[in-house]
Order: sequence, then structure tokens, then C-alpha cells
Amino acid sequence: MMNVDLYRSQFAQTGPRLVGARLPWLQQARARAFERFAELGFPTLRDEDWKYTSVAALAKRAFKFAPASLNGVSADQVGELALAASHLLVFVNGRHSPGLTRLGRLPRGAEVGSLAAVVGDRPDRIEALLTCDAEAPANGFTALNTAFWADGAYIELAAGCALDEPIHLLFVTTDADLAVQPRNIIRAGVGARVEVIEHYVGANDAGYFTNAVTQIEAGVGATVIHTKLQQEGLRGHHIADIRAEQRQGSRFTSQSFALGGLLSRNDIATRLDAPGCETTLIGLYLAGGRQHMDHHTRIDHLQPNGTSREFYKGVLDGASRAVFNGRVIVHANAQKTDAQQSNRNLLLSDDAEVDTKPQLEIYADDVKCSHGATVGQLDAEQIYYLRSRGVDDASARALLTYAFAADLATRVSCTPLRTRLETLLRGRLPEQVKELL
Amino acid sequence: MLTIQNLHVTVDGKPILRGIDLTVQAGEVHAIMGPNGSGKSTLAHVLAGREGYVVTAGEVIYAGKNLLDMPPEVRAREGVFLAFQYPVEIPGVANIYLLKAALNAIRKHRGEPELDAFDFLALVKAKLKLMEMDQALLYRSVNEGFSGGEKKRNEILQMAVLEPKLAILDETDSGLDIDALKVVADGVEAMRSPQRAIVLVTHYQRLLNYIVPDRVHVLAQGRIAKSGGPELALELESRGYGWVEAQAQAQALSETAGP
Repeated sequence: MMNVDLYRSQFAQTGPRLVGARLPWLQQARARAFERFAELGFPTLRDEDWKYTSVAALAKRAFKFAPASLNGVSADQVGELALAASHLLVFVNGRHSPGLTRLGRLPRGAEVGSLAAVVGDRPDRIEALLTCDAEAPANGFTALNTAFWADGAYIELAAGCALDEPIHLLFVTTDADLAVQPRNIIRAGVGARVEVIEHYVGANDAGYFTNAVTQIEAGVGATVIHTKLQQEGLRGHHIADIRAEQRQGSRFTSQSFALGGLLSRNDIATRLDAPGCETTLIGLYLAGGRQHMDHHTRIDHLQPNGTSREFYKGVLDGASRAVFNGRVIVHANAQKTDAQQSNRNLLLSDDAEVDTKPQLEIYADDVKCSHGATVGQLDAEQIYYLRSRGVDDASARALLTYAFAADLATRVSCTPLRTRLETLLRGRLPEQVKELL
Repeated sequence: MLTIQNLHVTVDGKPILRGIDLTVQAGEVHAIMGPNGSGKSTLAHVLAGREGYVVTAGEVIYAGKNLLDMPPEVRAREGVFLAFQYPVEIPGVANIYLLKAALNAIRKHRGEPELDAFDFLALVKAKLKLMEMDQALLYRSVNEGFSGGEKKRNEILQMAVLEPKLAILDETDSGLDIDALKVVADGVEAMRSPQRAIVLVTHYQRLLNYIVPDRVHVLAQGRIAKSGGPELALELESRGYGWVEAQAQAQALSETAGP
């Protein structure tokens, strides 16, 4: 059971030290959100959306919300994690680290920095986004984030501003028992283009808790590509709420790669709230040991002529467990919607388990929609074919598993990111197979 | 090179091969013909080591070793190659990686050093030319999206690169147009050597117009019902398989009836 008093005392202590404490509207939003959290608590298996993902172990722990050290990470460590040809914004234990951040030359009209700084300088820009879910949060986690968020990235592109290089948001957590509450805002104006990589890494021996909220606005004709690369430490917990609002003719791509963490959950939602929007959601989860990985996605087609493509794959080994719930709602007004969804899972062990649920709800009559989900093992004919060419059984299996997963990496258009993903996937291969690739 | 003695094989409890005897010497090309369902493909896959076949009697000696004791990859490394009737598609694994993996596995098994990238590419390019194949196929996933003809050529390309001691070609001629058949046949013919044995499994005689075998065997009812020289293939072409099958059936009946 969650100890509400523990959270309440921490909110009383930490609250006044959180960013924006002198802004009455922000303080009120935080206080309201905290009360909502106290009422809601963390979700339980009785909540339909959390039926297969238990956060009971997380709820029992006493995480610390007090600001933590900025010193746990060296410039060399960051250098190894940084992506080539990217703007780098670093957060250590949830706080922006100006010393480690490396922003390149930004074009006119591009604003990239920490959310805390924007709260200090121009709070009116973000009031609506930071108060919108104080009253009616999606669940206890979003309420908790609204109450406690400490920092995050603020990215805004004016009309027509296109950023050629991606923005790499690197969140590094080193302290045990820490509750890291990032809040990120990405806004692309009319015809703007931006690619953001939200990347989480953490120490393997620290049982911390990341609870992130990312809000995205894709303006008229804008293009936003958002990637979540989850490489939390193996005892870390990662909960994330990513939501996008799409204006007319906008294109939104979400790419989620889940590799780390003991427990991870990504809620990814987009609203195609104007005609002619395009959405692409792709994802890959690789779970082993006792890892639990959950993706809940939701695409709301609210207006006509929208297109959505969703493609998720999972590889499960050991006694791991994954959940995929892909909800696509075609509302009555969303005629001529074209929606496709697919989820394919590879089970490498008898003890691994996946719960996959495509959910297509159609309230318009002139639409083209399809979905499919598969759960299976490696193909025996493919293994035999490779063995008949001299490749041993273990290498054949590793090679086929790699090929299954690497398919998602090849769909990534950003070269430094794709290269990194391929390196990470190759890193999981046995030596003799690495030599082949 | 290859000696098969009294080989009996069942699949799902059903007898498919019922006493195969066959000897193939190095330098020879043998054709195994027969009607559909006679056990030709089963024989090819038993030799390559596919799972799901139960050998109930008999043995297979390859280059002095018990072939049936080896897992498929060891057979391949020892020099056995099966060109599949239905080459398997492997999305995400580039053709060139499979070639490299296969060749290096075989070289390592023989105690030879791995080929460096330059020599490997030079070797593969020469074989591509022989098979009249586009270099772009090297970088595509194994057999994925290949036409029927491209898949068959790709099998022969692998064979040409791996240079097996015993090559078994399972219906390599099926589904090929006449131009592709010529290229594939030339590719196989180029592999003919005193150190190599080749077994052609085929339903039709037409491949044998291009690759003239030393011996022709007809499989019926899971046994070799008849053996002869290249002229046997021509006789089968004109008379069909009916008469061989009838003979085999009569023989099987007389055995069941006992003396």
C-alpha cells in the first residue's frame, strides 16, 4: 500500500523549493495535483489500463523527492552517451546540468533549454500546459508529476523553423531511491520541423523511479519526430506519459525503444484533431530476466483524412513479461481515415509472457483500418536453412533474433540514432555472431 | 564418397524411405528421379539433417564417417551441401552475411584462416558473374522478395562459393524458365570435378539434357526401383514413371507375401 503521509510530508518539504514557487498559478496547480494524487494513489490491477502491470512494489517503496546531486556524472561518461551530430541537453538526477549540456548553433526561431528557465523568464508561455491536468490527470502518475516536476526540456520552434540536427535529451540517474520527475514540452509552429530523442540511462545498482511527462504540439503542417530510448538501470522503474496534439496536415512520429529498467511503462497518445494529419508509431521492446515492459498507445482520429501507421515488435527472454495495448479510435467525424496497426512478438523462453491487445474502435463508416498481432517462436525452417549452411544452432537463433529486432532500427531515419540502436542491438549478440555482421 | 545402405526413414510414423541402397563416388554425377511422393525430397533432407525424420534402419557413410550422427551444421562444414527446392526467406539477414558466415564456418572447421574482406568479395563477385547475378542481390535479405529463378540461382551461388564435396540439388530445375535453367545448369556443370560428387534430385529429364549424369536412379515406393545410365532418363521421359512404379509395387507385394 502507498503511504500517502510519506508523500505529503515530502510535498510539504520539497514543494516550496520547487521551481516556480513564487508563481501563484503554478503553486496552486501543484497543490491541486497533489490532492488528486492523494485521492487516486497509484493504479492497481483493478484499473482496466493497468490490468497486466502491477506497480505494487513501486508503490510500497519510499522514494526521495528532494533535489539530488548534479555531480554523479562525468563529462567522459556523457561523451560516450552523446549522439553524433546532435544538440545535447543533459539532466542529472532530474536536474538540468548546464555544464554537461552541449547545444550547437540553433537557427533563428528555435528555443531549446530547460523548462525551469522558461518558468523563470516567460511563465505565461507554459501556464496552460502545466495546469491542464492538475484537475483531471490521467492517473496518479501524471498527478504526481504535475505536483513534483523539477525540470525538463523546453523546445519551441517558431513558424517555418526547421532543425536539421536532432535534439538529444539525456537523463542520467545515479542516486538510489530517487524519484525523478521530468516534464518536457515540445512545440513546433506552423511548418516547423524538429526531431527529439528523449533518452534515459541509469546506474544498474540504484532502485530509482523515473516518472516523466512529455507534451507535444505539432502545429499546422509541422513535423515532429519523438524518440524514447529507455535504457534505465536494471533496478530502475520508468513510467512515462507522452502525448501529442496534432494540427492540420501535421506529421507526428513516435519511436519507442525499451531496453532497460526493471519495470517500464510508456503511455503514448496522439490526437489528430484536424484534417489531413499523419501519425507513425513504432516501437521495440527487448525484455529479459525479470523485466516487465508495457506500452499503451492511443491514436484518436478526430477529423477526416487522417493516416496512422503503427508497428511494434517485442522480443522476450527469461521470465520477462511485456504488455502491448494499442488503441485506435476513429471518431464519427473522421471519415476517410486510413489506420493500420501491427504488433509482433517473439518469445525465446517458456517462462516469458506477452499480453497483446489491439483495440480498434470505429465510429465512422468510410474508413480503411486493419490490425493484427502475433506471438511466436523463431522459425524452425529458417534455423534449419542456416544450419544447413554451416551456422551452428545458437548462432542461427541469435542471428534470427537480431534480424527480427534490427528491422525496427532500420526504420529510423536519423542516422546517428539508427547507428546507436544497431550498436546496442549488436551488443546483445554473442561474439561469434557479432563477427558476422 | 557417399554410401547409403538399407536406409529406412519414417515421418510422423509413416514409412517414406524403405530400404535405399546407393553409392556415389567422387567425380560422379547421379540423378535421382521418380514420381511425386516417391521420397526424393525426403532423401535429400535426411542427408542434410532436417529434424522430424526418424531413421529406423540402415546407415549413411559419408567420406568414411557416419553422416547421420552429425548435426546439420557439422555436415555442412564437412562438405555436404543441399540446394533447397524451396529456398527459405530470411528477412533482415543480408545474403552476403550468410555467405560469409557459411564460408568462414567451413574454413574454420578445416583449420583454415578466415578470408579477409577483400578476398571474400573477390571470390563472391567471380561466382556472381558465373551465375549471371546482380551484385545488388548480395545486400538484400536472403531470398526475401527474390523471384523463383533468383532463389534457385542463389542456391547455386552459395554452392559455388562453399565448394562442397557432396552437392545435393533438390528439384533445382523446377520453376525455371529455359534461360534460367541454362544458367543454373552451367553453374552446376562448372562444379563438376574429380573431387566432388553431385546428386541431382529431379522429376523431369530436361535438366539432364544440360548436365549429363553418370548414373540415373528411379525412386518408387521409397526404394530405388531401377538404376541405369543416362539413357534411362530418356526412357522415363518417353514412357513415364508408371511402368517402374508397377514393377516396384509387384516386388513389394511379393515380399509381403513371403516365400
